Amino acid sequence: MWEKQELKITKSEVEYVAHLARLDFSEEEKEKFTFQLNNILMYVDKLNQVDTTGIEPVSHAIALNNAFREDLVKESLNPELSLVNAPEARGPFFRVPKVIE
Amino acid sequence: MELNQLTIHELHALIKKREVSSTQIIESVFRQIDAVEKDVHAYVNLMKEYAFAEAARADKCIKEGNIKPLTGIPIALKDILCTKGILTTCGSRILHNYIPPYDATVVEKLREAGAVFTGKVNMDEFAMGSSTETSYFGITRNPWDLERIPGGSSGGSAAAVAADECIASLGSDTGGSIRQPAALCGIVGMKPTYGRVSRFGLIAFASSLDQIGPFTKDVEDCALMMNVIAGYDPLDSTSVPLDVPDYTEFLTRGVDGWTVGIPKEYFIEGIDPEVMEAMKRTITVFERIGVKCVEISLPHTEYCLAVYYIIAPAEASSNLARYDGVKYGFRAQEARDLLEMYKKTRSAGFGAEVKRRIMIGTYALSSGYYDAYYKKASQVRGLVKRDFEEAFTRCDVILTPTSPTPAFTIGEKMDDPLQMYLSDIFTISANLAGIPGISVPCGFTRGGLPIGAQFLAGHFEEGKLIQMASAYEKNANLEKRRPNLSLWSTNRS
Repeated sequence: MWEKQELKITKSEVEYVAHLARLDFSEEEKEKFTFQLNNILMYVDKLNQVDTTGIEPVSHAIALNNAFREDLVKESLNPELSLVNAPEARGPFFRVPKVIE
Repeated sequence: MELNQLTIHELHALIKKREVSSTQIIESVFRQIDAVEKDVHAYVNLMKEYAFAEAARADKCIKEGNIKPLTGIPIALKDILCTKGILTTCGSRILHNYIPPYDATVVEKLREAGAVFTGKVNMDEFAMGSSTETSYFGITRNPWDLERIPGGSSGGSAAAVAADECIASLGSDTGGSIRQPAALCGIVGMKPTYGRVSRFGLIAFASSLDQIGPFTKDVEDCALMMNVIAGYDPLDSTSVPLDVPDYTEFLTRGVDGWTVGIPKEYFIEGIDPEVMEAMKRTITVFERIGVKCVEISLPHTEYCLAVYYIIAPAEASSNLARYDGVKYGFRAQEARDLLEMYKKTRSAGFGAEVKRRIMIGTYALSSGYYDAYYKKASQVRGLVKRDFEEAFTRCDVILTPTSPTPAFTIGEKMDDPLQMYLSDIFTISANLAGIPGISVPCGFTRGGLPIGAQFLAGHFEEGKLIQMASAYEKNANLEKRRPNLSLWSTNRS
C-alpha cells in the first residue's frame, strides 16, 4: 500500500535520523525501519484532517507554573556512589574512549 | 483458601487479630512462586531472602502493636521503579546491571507503610509495548491462558497479582500500561491523575504522560494502595501540592443518581463482540442501581493514537539520550572513539521497539519536521483535553471498554507495530488529557478470558472512580474465578 504513495521517509533519511539518534543499523534493519516508519508516519498524517488554527499546543495536561524551592545546600550523591555503576571509572572520573585525536 | 489468594484488607484484618503472621503470608506467596513461576515468568528478579527478612521484621512490629496499613503485605514492583541497592533493569539490556543508589518515592512510601517487597516484575523494554514481549529478559505469560500475552507494558505486575504470586503490585501507565494488563489479567488497575503520584525514581519514558499506579485484586485494595502512594513530592516538580483524601471513604458511598457517559466514538468496529456484550451487561448493572447512562461525544477520539505516537516517542527520544554507556549500564567494547562507543552501545543495548520509537521521536523533533508533527500533535492534544472537559459537564464518570479485545496470543502482533499500538486505543486519551482511569473486571469470554471495563473521571477525581468501581463491583454479581495454573502445568509437561 505504501509503495504506491509518496514515501514519507526515505532510506537515506533513515540513515540521517539514525545518526542523530546515535544508532547504527544493518542494511536489513534500515529496509525494515524505512518500511515501518513510513507506515507509522502515514498513519499519523491523519492529524492533518484536524483544524488547529489558533489552538495552543499542550505540553502538559496539568497546568503548573514553575516549581520553586528554597536555594539551600543539601546532601547529594557522593562521588563514590555516583561512580558505582560506571562501566569504566578512574579516580573520581568517568572514563571514556578518546574524544580528541 | 491459601493466604496468598487473599486481599490486602483481608490479610490486614487477620494480622490485626494476630491470626496470621507476615512470615506465614510470605511463605505462602513464595510457595506459589515456586509452583507457577516457571510457567508465568512474572518476575525478573526475586528478592526471596530480603522478603523473608522483612517479613520477620514486620512480625516484630506486629508483636509490638505497631501495625501500619500495609504491614506484612507482600508487594511486587515493576522493574521501572528504582530500588536502592537492588537491580533495576527496565526490561532492557542497556540497564541489565544497573543498581540504583536511591529509592523511588513510591518505594519509600510503601516501605514506610510496612510493605514487604517480593521482587521486581517484568515489563516491555522501557515500558514500550502492550504485551510484555519486548523485555530483554523473556516474555511473561497470561495466567488465564499461558499461550496468551498478559498485556503490557506492566505485564509482570498484572500477571503476578492474577497468579497470586504477590498480594498487590505497582506498575506505570504511559498509554494504558496499567489499565490494559489489568483488564487482560482480570484484576483492578488504576492510573492516577498526572501529578497525583510522585514520579521520582520512575525511569522516564514519556515524562508528560507517565504515572505510577496500583494493581490489586479488588477496588478496596486499590483505595488502600492509593492512600499510601498519592501525594505531593518536592523531588518531582510535576507532582501537585493538593491534599489527598482517604480513598477508602469512597468505597461505601453509593452512586444513586449519578450519570455515566458512554462515548459513542468508543463503540466502534473492531471491538470484539464478547467485549461489546460485556459492556452492555455493565450498563445494565448501572441502570439497576439508579445510575443514568447517557450518550456523550469525544469528537477527537480517532486522533488520539496518532497524537500519542508522536508525543510519546518524541519525549522518549529525548529521555533515552542519557543511555550512552558512560555513567551506568551496558557499554559496547572495542570502540575507536567516543561517537562510535555511543552508537555501538545504543545499537546493541536497545531492542527493536525502543529503537523504532527513538527513530520516530528523533524524526518528529528534527529540524523542518517539528511544526508538522510535534507541534501539530500538541495542538490536537489540547483539543482532546477540551473534549473531556466538555464531557464532564454532562456526566460524573465515563465508561468505555479498557481494551478492544481480550488477551491476544503470543507473537500475534509482534511483526506489525501499528496493530500492536491499536490495542491501546481506549486507554491513551486519559494520558493525553492527564485524567485518572481505572480498569475493573467485568466478566469473561466464553473461552474463559477476563474482560475489563474502564472508568474515567476529571482531574484529581480518583475518589469518584473508586466510588463508582466499588458500587459496580458490589452489584455486578460477577462469577468469582481464578486462573487454574495447575491445569496448565499438567498439560504442558
